[in-house]
Amino acid sequence: MAHTEAHAAEAHAHDHAPTAFIWKYVFSKDHKVIGIQYYVTAMLMALIAGLLAMLIRVQLAWPEVNWGIIGKLLPMGFQGGAGQPYVMNPEFYAMLFTMHGTIMVFFVLSTAPVSGFGNLLIPLQVGARDMAFPFLNGLSFWTFFCGCVTILTSFFVGAGAAAGGWTSYPPLSALRGAVPGSNTGQTFWIIAMVFFISSFTMGGLNFVTTIINLRTKGLSLLRMPLTLWSMFLVAILGLLAFPALTGASLMLLLDRHFGTSFFLPTGLVLNNAPMVGANGQFVHQGGSPLLWQHLFWFLGHPEVYILMLPALGFTSDILTTFCRKALFGYKAMVGAMVAISGLSFIVWGHHMFVSGMNPHLAMAFAVGTILIAVPSAVKVFNWLATLWQSRIQYKTPMLWGMGVVSLFISGGLSGVWLGQSAPDIQLHDTFFVVAHFHLIMAGAALFGVFGATAMWFPKMFGRLMNDTLGKWHFWFTFVTYYGTFFPMHYIGLAGHMRRIYDPYQYEFLKNLAPLNHFITISALILGASQIIFFVNFFWSAFKGEKATENPWNANGLEWTTSSPPPHGNWPGAIPEVHRWPYEYSNPSAPKDFVMQTDPPLAVESGH
Amino acid sequence: MATEILDARAPGRVPVVERPDGPTGRGPLVHGDDGGGGPNFVFDPAQFGLWAFLGTVSMLFIGFTSAYIVRRTGIDWRPLPLPRLLWWNTAALLLSSAALEVARRRRAALDLRGLRLWLGATALLAGLFVAGQFQAWRVLRALGFFLSSNPHSSFFYMLSGVHLFHLGGGLVWFALVLFRLRGARYAPAAGGRTLSLFATYWHFLGLLWAYVLFLIFVF
Repeated sequence: MAHTEAHAAEAHAHDHAPTAFIWKYVFSKDHKVIGIQYYVTAMLMALIAGLLAMLIRVQLAWPEVNWGIIGKLLPMGFQGGAGQPYVMNPEFYAMLFTMHGTIMVFFVLSTAPVSGFGNLLIPLQVGARDMAFPFLNGLSFWTFFCGCVTILTSFFVGAGAAAGGWTSYPPLSALRGAVPGSNTGQTFWIIAMVFFISSFTMGGLNFVTTIINLRTKGLSLLRMPLTLWSMFLVAILGLLAFPALTGASLMLLLDRHFGTSFFLPTGLVLNNAPMVGANGQFVHQGGSPLLWQHLFWFLGHPEVYILMLPALGFTSDILTTFCRKALFGYKAMVGAMVAISGLSFIVWGHHMFVSGMNPHLAMAFAVGTILIAVPSAVKVFNWLATLWQSRIQYKTPMLWGMGVVSLFISGGLSGVWLGQSAPDIQLHDTFFVVAHFHLIMAGAALFGVFGATAMWFPKMFGRLMNDTLGKWHFWFTFVTYYGTFFPMHYIGLAGHMRRIYDPYQYEFLKNLAPLNHFITISALILGASQIIFFVNFFWSAFKGEKATENPWNANGLEWTTSSPPPHGNWPGAIPEVHRWPYEYSNPSAPKDFVMQTDPPLAVESGH
Repeated sequence: MATEILDARAPGRVPVVERPDGPTGRGPLVHGDDGGGGPNFVFDPAQFGLWAFLGTVSMLFIGFTSAYIVRRTGIDWRPLPLPRLLWWNTAALLLSSAALEVARRRRAALDLRGLRLWLGATALLAGLFVAGQFQAWRVLRALGFFLSSNPHSSFFYMLSGVHLFHLGGGLVWFALVLFRLRGARYAPAAGGRTLSLFATYWHFLGLLWAYVLFLIFVF
């Protein structure tokens, strides 16, 4: 025995941790450092994208407002000065919502849960020393970082950032002269996407390889925590879906800069002048803007599940831990996630119901979309059944977990409306859609990230987050999140367009001003309450209460090592797994939780 | 019976375990030989990761294929003539794959001279392919077919370019493989795994090019 331990220690010593600061914390290959790098970068990007949202909301509530000092600070977005009030430019408004969407979807909500917590948790939960390809992992983060720099720089190049929406539909995105944002800003958008996709691909390769090949002894696929399952599925979705956007982005780039016509149709008129060449013929001929939409949404729909699935995984792990009950219907939960992932590849057309597609085709996409309600309902039912008759411990992670369940239900219900082509054609370009996806996709993903942060903070910094501040943050966020996005259903049904600079230019939208004021005030409080989180995060990282190995009495493999885990994750041998991670309140066990690594109980071994 | 050979790059530090019929692993950390649990992997992680990468590259070309099929219905579609040179290029690339396969066998037979010879042949044929592709572009240009001339020529330039880009990455990797194989003088087992991985990628590139050619000129 002693000999084995000595041997293990000696074997481990081969993998010495780097000592120089730059290799340890900057260009690190350690999955935990990379995870934190991803997470912190994504949260700072969230701060920026959130501020953009605040500007959008103020503009929608008070289009006539004098922006004062803000207008002075951002001269590219506002006109006025010299005694005149500062007014936002319509072009700048388009840049705001484009960049808010782009940054939030790709650089925040794909990154923080997947690249952040995926990197932090996968090796800890599979029982590996590190990811399968640590160098690729480090490269992946710095590629992502280049993408962040590119997308942020785009505000300051040429006439400003991309303004064609986060979906970048051509011709607006393909004609450099269309709007100010169609020029250099759009090129930067494409370059940033290429950086992001490369980084996500490297990450995805690491995820699938690590989960398939580096699981510790005893950890069969059906013993994996659902967080791990979600990361596995998300990586597969990313590897299969993102190439469509890579290809489309390349074609868009060629259309923009090299005169091809993949997406540009014949007969384009730009600024009242037909786009004809020296020979009198149209420069662009025969291209199909719809082709971009198909390629974009072939990525776009799996992409929104890339945002959501990790949150669903975190929620399952959090709920079981804090209600001390075994997860209800584990296999059904796995099956539901696999089904959601599979269906995500055949429903992209529901984003294009208004494109004039054949109603029969729309019908097929609608049926596929409504089918997703089945696995989604399975998940909700199993969560509720897990909560049923349990003694809930209302810790911060638990509140966020229940918040995800709440948002998943309320956002999912409007999905049933939008998934059918007839109501969608009515609602498509309205705030109803904005309400829907902010509740289910953005909200569930964001709440999942906050829950995971509180849950796994000990594995990041070896300390606990402050529970009181965490609860204040949760309740402020929960109430104002609903306060912001729930009324949007009503203004959407009333006909408020989705991407509009000044709604009150239309008589029939004027009476929506009070509701818009309410939404904006709620959004501003929502934004401000995130200060609580950032204070809590940084304070707790340095001054928080020291965490033990397993502060929540949870079962997973990550709770068998110190907080934070050392380089190599386990100082000695990697533990062996004997069961699933949800063995809570088993009456024949000595404690109310049985860790994955505990030796088999008498009842389990059949004696 | 596993034979243990020292890695030539770091003599005496990291043992490389080569099994006659299985994956080769490096060092004690990825292997669960330190007691307790540890990974019990089904596949060689690098081989698995490479196949996953080939999957994502395939999806890229599947995406291009669907765009091609959609765009081909446009009224402005003008067929592009097939430069005969492309057949020679294709032959060069496929032969370089074959040469690499021979090289791999020479290495397994510990025939260093044969290994060098056939790796040289692989590199030469790969160089011929790259030069030939550039020449094919020049031929089309001389005939008046440019990137933006019509959708068919756009797709040809784009897809051959994307393929060549992936091939460029392959060549960088090839250089790394050659660098690793220096150790073959001291330890014949060194670099074998890297060579096998690279061969998988290189064969994929050959097949991918054959597919691109089929899609654009035959399909």
